[in-house]
Amino acid sequence: MTQFKMHLLVCGGTGCRASESETLFLSLKKEVSEKGLESEVQVITTGCFGFCEKGPIVKVMPDNTFYTQVKPEDAIEIIAEHVIKGRKVNRLLYVNPETEQHVSDSKHMGFYRKQLRIALRNCGFIDPENIEEYISRDGYAALAKCLTEMTPAQVIEEMKKSGLRGRGGGGFPTGLKWEITSKSQADQKYVVCNADEGDPGAFMDRSILEGDPHSVIEAMAICGYCIGATKGVVYIRAEYPLAVERLKIAMKQASEFGLLGKNIFGTDFEFEIDIRYGAGAFVCGEETALIHSMEGLRGEPTIKPPFPSVSGYLEKPTNVNNVETFANVPVIINKGAAWFASIGSEKSKGTKVFALAGKINNVGLIEVPMGTTLRDIIFEIGGGIKDGKKFKAVQTGGPSGGCLTEKHLDIAIDFDSLTAAGSMMGSGGMIVMDEDDCMVSIAKFYLDFTVEESCGKCAPCRIGNKRLNEMLEKICEGKGTMKDLDLLRNLSYVIKDTSLCGLGQTSPNPVLSTMENFYPEYLAHIVDHKCPSGQCKALLQYVIEAENCVGCTACARNCPVNAISGERKGIHVIDQATCIKCGACLEKCKFNAVFIK
Amino acid sequence: MINIKIDNKEIKVAPGTTVLDAAKSVGIKIPTLCYLHLHDFDITNKPAGCRICVVEVKGRRNLAPACATDCFEGMEVNTHNIRVLNSRKTVLELILSDHPTDCLICPKSGSCELQTLAQDMGIRQIEYQGEQSHYKEDTSPAIIRDVDKCIMCRRCEMMCNDVQTVGVLSAVNRGFMSVVAPAFEMNLDHSTCTYCGQCVAVCPTGALTEVDHTNQVIRALADPSKTVIVQTAPAVRVALGEEFGMDAGSIVTGKMVTALRQLGFDYVFDTDFAADLTILEEGTELLDRITRHLKGDKTVKLPILTSCCPGWVNFFEHQFPEMNDIPSTARSPQQMFGAIAKTYFAEKLGIKRENLVVVSIMPCLAKKYECQRDEFETNGNPDVDFAVSTRELAHLIKQANIDFNILPDEDFDRPMGESTGAAVIFGTTGGVIEAAARTAYEIFTGKNLEKVDFKQLRGMEWIRHAEVDFDGTPIRIGIAHGLGNARKLLQDIKDGKSDFHAIEIMACPGGCIGGGGQPLHHGDTSILMSRQKALYTEDTHKTLRKSHENPYIQQLYADFLGKPMSEKAHHLLHTHYFDKSKPAEISE
Amino acid sequence: MTKITSLADLKNIKASVEAKMSLRERSETPDSMVQIRVAMATCGIASGAKIVMDYLINELDKRSIPAIVTQTGCMGYCYAEPTIEVTRPGQQPLVFGYVDSKKADQIIEKYIKNGELLDGIIPVNYENIEGK
Repeated sequence: MTQFKMHLLVCGGTGCRASESETLFLSLKKEVSEKGLESEVQVITTGCFGFCEKGPIVKVMPDNTFYTQVKPEDAIEIIAEHVIKGRKVNRLLYVNPETEQHVSDSKHMGFYRKQLRIALRNCGFIDPENIEEYISRDGYAALAKCLTEMTPAQVIEEMKKSGLRGRGGGGFPTGLKWEITSKSQADQKYVVCNADEGDPGAFMDRSILEGDPHSVIEAMAICGYCIGATKGVVYIRAEYPLAVERLKIAMKQASEFGLLGKNIFGTDFEFEIDIRYGAGAFVCGEETALIHSMEGLRGEPTIKPPFPSVSGYLEKPTNVNNVETFANVPVIINKGAAWFASIGSEKSKGTKVFALAGKINNVGLIEVPMGTTLRDIIFEIGGGIKDGKKFKAVQTGGPSGGCLTEKHLDIAIDFDSLTAAGSMMGSGGMIVMDEDDCMVSIAKFYLDFTVEESCGKCAPCRIGNKRLNEMLEKICEGKGTMKDLDLLRNLSYVIKDTSLCGLGQTSPNPVLSTMENFYPEYLAHIVDHKCPSGQCKALLQYVIEAENCVGCTACARNCPVNAISGERKGIHVIDQATCIKCGACLEKCKFNAVFIK
Repeated sequence: MINIKIDNKEIKVAPGTTVLDAAKSVGIKIPTLCYLHLHDFDITNKPAGCRICVVEVKGRRNLAPACATDCFEGMEVNTHNIRVLNSRKTVLELILSDHPTDCLICPKSGSCELQTLAQDMGIRQIEYQGEQSHYKEDTSPAIIRDVDKCIMCRRCEMMCNDVQTVGVLSAVNRGFMSVVAPAFEMNLDHSTCTYCGQCVAVCPTGALTEVDHTNQVIRALADPSKTVIVQTAPAVRVALGEEFGMDAGSIVTGKMVTALRQLGFDYVFDTDFAADLTILEEGTELLDRITRHLKGDKTVKLPILTSCCPGWVNFFEHQFPEMNDIPSTARSPQQMFGAIAKTYFAEKLGIKRENLVVVSIMPCLAKKYECQRDEFETNGNPDVDFAVSTRELAHLIKQANIDFNILPDEDFDRPMGESTGAAVIFGTTGGVIEAAARTAYEIFTGKNLEKVDFKQLRGMEWIRHAEVDFDGTPIRIGIAHGLGNARKLLQDIKDGKSDFHAIEIMACPGGCIGGGGQPLHHGDTSILMSRQKALYTEDTHKTLRKSHENPYIQQLYADFLGKPMSEKAHHLLHTHYFDKSKPAEISE
Repeated sequence: MTKITSLADLKNIKASVEAKMSLRERSETPDSMVQIRVAMATCGIASGAKIVMDYLINELDKRSIPAIVTQTGCMGYCYAEPTIEVTRPGQQPLVFGYVDSKKADQIIEKYIKNGELLDGIIPVNYENIEGK
């Protein structure tokens, strides 16, 4: 066995691959072989490191050097300088935005310091296409333990004690769900893994499947053992080709090693996994809609009960858990329920993965203990607001979550505290907004999404969200009335109260929470016909300050609609009726004469 | 039994009872829209999509749809507090905001469930206005889809898929543009639609209606160069009265004949006459096949399937074309009537077929398609010119200022108005095969049939099996109504598991009494039961109850056709079937 | 492919890849184990630093001492190459000069295992910015 002195871990997540990390990987390999270092240096593709903002990432072990935004041509320098001479390539190191110093070691990066990685434990650490690396991290030991030392009831008891709750959004206790499904009587039952991640910007499930597919396979088998199912199905978005590929490789390896199939670990337990592809409909994240989609029917929810645990896929008892939930399971079995329950807040145990996005310095995937404050996430891990702007709001829980503000920053976030604050955990989307964001437009942005993604089955969601969106549009155009605000609020509550599934029951949240927290902004649009953040085009006016205008004609020459008139060396004027608010004049004026009113 | 409280009334209900049913049992009528429960057929549509029936359940976060929420011990329900009323009204306003408001000229006006609901809820303005969804209109030979009026109740989808297993209609598109349509939003006439009209029968709004032929009929009646004759299907006479406020099951044969004469038809005839003729042709074919089979002729295909239902004919042509040789080749009564009228009767009158207009009054929308089939015309002139539904006839009568309820009874004209009790029961499931049995028995055994009521063939169960004793020879008979049930029997035949001699199939639940052209039952299946009972009553009141005893039929054979299955009969009264399984081209 | 049919099989696989994975595993928790940095600039390599580094990695592994061996640039003690810096958990780093395989063996046995000092320690006269 070769004793490697150094490992170069290259991120093979979708984000980094989009910035040529595959070519980078090949370049590094080529350099290593050209320098004759194959026996000393191992180059490995891993899953996502989470720090997607600065990808592609290369991590050098054992010294934990963390290179960011590495290009394929940087391979030569990394090998020549770092690997051969032991000198770190400074220009590729992460720069702390506050101190502006290079940080050589991931242990000292704010992004990683406050994180605790359980679900993402192997992402960015192992080669997801190598089952042995997974096994070396105690992979499949939990399954072995369950099958050979524990009864299904004992495993379920352990899961219940751990306090693990569903990470897909509902927060339903996982152990309880398994118990209910285990008690349903049927000749066949199913374990379904919900990998139909649909929240805009959220990609934790994709990252887990890309970076650590075996953890999901192992957990599904454990679940199958508990509920009495021999068949598992992963329902995954067809838009996740890399995750599908890695999952397929992992399933093949697990079968070859006898970890899927018959007589697993010499017992009479058998388990097989199938893959079904979703077409990217957001509503198919809802478990009944997901099951219909799996059956080849229209992806739309049906009323519960009956719950899938009683009558699900092909009308058989079905346990549906999401990817992140499953990824926690093997660790809980290995390290014990008590260990897991010691992490997190009182009612929400363990960690949660969030997808940080928006106007924040460190965009990426993070995992923190439940009960971490929003302030820690945004300002410590996220590195604060971009370009030194002021924090305005953070939207959690995906398109149906709410917008939280400054006053919520010190809430210890978990399932219950977020709901109490008027938002939700959802699947862990977290979008940060700064002072430049118009909250009415933000609410409209989310409604655009839910209008698009409603399945159309129930009237309040199908038509109600459309009407909400239209009213928001009206307000953004300065045509809203005070009565619209009453209608908006009433309709929001009715949609929440009467919609069939979780999509409609939460879709008005962005409207309600922005009305609650940013009411003056709504008033400004309606009463003053102004957009305080200057985002709503219809409410902007570009005007020329006579004092500053020197009559250079630059603005008039660049106006695409000839809305600006004025003599050379004379004062120019913008005709508001013709102006299309493109901003070209503002950009071209060198004398600060054009401004937005 | 479990204890619950609805609007402060304490009641006991059986486990599994919905809130809607529990409320109904104590006189609380929670409004519904998408919900449809056809009690006698055990058909339920409850997608819980319209959200009109929402109620407040104590301890529950959101409102619950009463139609799809089961009662539980200790449940407390409030069906009309301010939260519930406001939500219900808002949701209804939303539905109305995406619905055309051309009620005055909508074919469904007056029998539209959405209109009734808006009236009951006292909607006077629609607060939530906005864009409306628009789709292309689709006109087929029998059914018009005005999809802008679809409210996504999914009743038609349920009938088309779960009951009929035709699978043409289903929800397409997403969100605001969701609508029920054939795949790829193709037109119905490019799909495998059978035109059974069950979608039309359950549509609560004007989204699905029949193609209206009343204007063509009025024009023909006004044309002095034309002789216009009319035939009325058996199931019409026990349903038409409902359109004039009469109880379900009222027999209005006499009034109907009077009304048709007042409308100006030159001869008022009866499809029942053709039904008797059908029995002689189909019954003879049946006996021929059975006799050969009993003699050991292996080339004989059994069972023989009835062929008088055009929805059913369309169904097997699309879905089981490889079995096109199993159904009887006998045309349906409507088409036998047309063929005889434009030959035998036209000759009698001494006029050209082009100057004879045959109108049929049918409980059925597939009849509209059937009479337009190429094989049922001669030199471009169809045997039956127009098929209008029971509902359309009611409109014709109303337009002609006829006070239907006080009309005297009159009798059909001769020769093609005479019929037997056997023909009347064609209008219900089980009726055709009973009529056939009455005649076939006597021909097969050569004996007189004393007891003409074959009670074992009657009923409303989806699939029925019975044995009729032909004087020592047991004849095994199967009956199915609803195309989904027909499919089961067909599949059995295909799999070689069927041992029936004869099978009767009707496309619509209940047979023609539940046809797509009948007065709307709005989910009350007791109406169908009453119509069925009325048909059997009409049968017992007839002096003649066996088709072959009809003197005018006997005369028709003597004067014109010769004998059943003769060459002339074959030419005029029999047909052949087509393989329509190939997908039609998708039109733009 | 041999199938895994027992916990023991699983453990065997784990053990077989342990050596390879230990490098990564250990670097996850560097403060809890011995860290050795080998000066691998031109001067160091010329004096045999590469051989010392290989020796250290193999021997520490053989003797089951969890440690992280990394390379670094010139530490400035070119006169005493090869030099290595050894940091025991919770202690200040010590720099040893003129390290060859024999010396390395002593460092492992005496200092790393027992904390005994031995000859060849170079007094550190500057602070490393990475240690800040």
